[in-house]
Amino acid sequence: MIAFFQSSIFVNLAYIFASILFIFGLKMLSSPETAQRGNLVSASGMLIAILVTLAQNEIVAYEYLLVALIGGLLVGVAAASLVKMTSMPELVALFNGFGGIASLLVGVAEFINPSSSTLIQIIAISFTVLIGGITFSGSLVAFGKLSEIISGKPLILFGQRFVLSALLLIALLLALELIISTGLLNISSQTILFILIGVTLILGVLLTAPIGGADMPVVIALLNSYSGLAASSAGFVINNNVLIVAGALVGASGLILTNIMCKAMNRSLSNVLFGGFGAATSSSEGGGQIQGEVKPITAEDAYLILEAANSVLVVPGYGMAVSQAQHVVRELGELLEDNGCEVKYAIHPVAGRMPGHMNVLLAEANVSYDVLAEPDDVNPLMDTVDVCIVIGANDVVNPDARENEGSPIYGMPVIEVDRAKTVFILKRSMAAGFAGIDNPLFLKENSRMLFGDAKESISTLVSEFKT
Amino acid sequence: MESQALLVLLLFVLVLSIFLGFELINKVPSTLHTPLMSGANAISGITIVGALLASGAGEEVTTSILVGTFAVFFASINVVGGYLVTNRMLKMFKKK
Repeated sequence: MIAFFQSSIFVNLAYIFASILFIFGLKMLSSPETAQRGNLVSASGMLIAILVTLAQNEIVAYEYLLVALIGGLLVGVAAASLVKMTSMPELVALFNGFGGIASLLVGVAEFINPSSSTLIQIIAISFTVLIGGITFSGSLVAFGKLSEIISGKPLILFGQRFVLSALLLIALLLALELIISTGLLNISSQTILFILIGVTLILGVLLTAPIGGADMPVVIALLNSYSGLAASSAGFVINNNVLIVAGALVGASGLILTNIMCKAMNRSLSNVLFGGFGAATSSSEGGGQIQGEVKPITAEDAYLILEAANSVLVVPGYGMAVSQAQHVVRELGELLEDNGCEVKYAIHPVAGRMPGHMNVLLAEANVSYDVLAEPDDVNPLMDTVDVCIVIGANDVVNPDARENEGSPIYGMPVIEVDRAKTVFILKRSMAAGFAGIDNPLFLKENSRMLFGDAKESISTLVSEFKT
Repeated sequence: MESQALLVLLLFVLVLSIFLGFELINKVPSTLHTPLMSGANAISGITIVGALLASGAGEEVTTSILVGTFAVFFASINVVGGYLVTNRMLKMFKKK
């Protein structure tokens, strides 16, 4: 019986079954009703793959393996249960990096394993190490930027592109030397592999450092894709289908998200990666170029307008996450609904620091997911909206994207809040958004600025409603 | 010759999986993009299979086994943490 569970036919069938569970799990993510079960289905696929692998007779020693497994389990459980919802982008970036380094290490372990490797395996190892290394260091930089350990500002080095291309060329040459081993370098192949790892780690840092905070959704999506590709490539190293299938699914998923994010900003991927958006124009920060009249409003007056409104559209941005305002936002929404007002939430794809960031925060605050709308759904009905409440969003509501051909964000699809009857903008000060671009929305006739911390402002509105 | 046939087979699987991935993910609504990402991230921890095989390959501790053991550690954080945090998020998506 034990022999059967260790036979290669059983093991491979189990891997196919695990792949099917991954596929169904992802399919069930297409609706919020089935998504949670989908995640469990996917997790059971992973459990099956792990158990079957552990039962294989290729595994002869369990001590180290179990220590590592239990250690990882404890860290994973702790991180997943302690993280705040607002810090989700950082955690996903970090986990992503761990996936990358794991694939890299699998490649290294196979390379230094005394049993001979075939040509195909060595090609796959080189590729795994390259992608895995970039994923790891790139994700760590993204983690640092998102958790504000390092500055979120784009960091452009002199001759960035030249250095990058040179390093990439060196990495490819090193990989080539590993594969065909000309012996020109006169060093051992292991040394070459370690130099290659070093180069890929530097590459990951240089690729991510120039990208600013608001472009992080694109970077995380791309790194997500890389971690999948690294796993897929590790599948070629150990000739294992389940790694190839699962890795390819993740790779495709990350690429689609990357594409959606780029489209939502009307920029190409290369522009996001190498453009250093916001670095050149950041000198105009502080509102020096804004001309015209800004009309502030007090929370008391804002309450009177909201009290009379029949439809309200809430547009959240990263500012809502920063001030942790999602719970009071939901409370205000409920009070408005009790008052006979229709409340919707419009969420731009790049609002926040990762795809779907705002949706998770609102879900945390118990906002029903069927009132969360996309720009394309709300823009046609904007003229009928009485009040738009913009909470810590800036560039995604900038009318310049439609009206000013000279603007750097011209052509980006935005939420057209300026077409609503009244717009409240909750903002700490008049400083420009991340991109450092002036926002003429603040000067429009129907705009009112509600200055101060978003959470405090909304709490004041809530207490006005209650009195 | 045998290894070439295997390579073709594996590439075949790779290409089909990528197309399948595109079809599946295109249907995920934007409201679920964060859980999609962390869930997909957990799936990429499948590299743990390779890590386990490398880590348990022998009684005697070689560099290769040591490296594999570290791979198991990182991959299991990725897998366990990824699925748990995705579950935590998805639990919150409710319709009233």
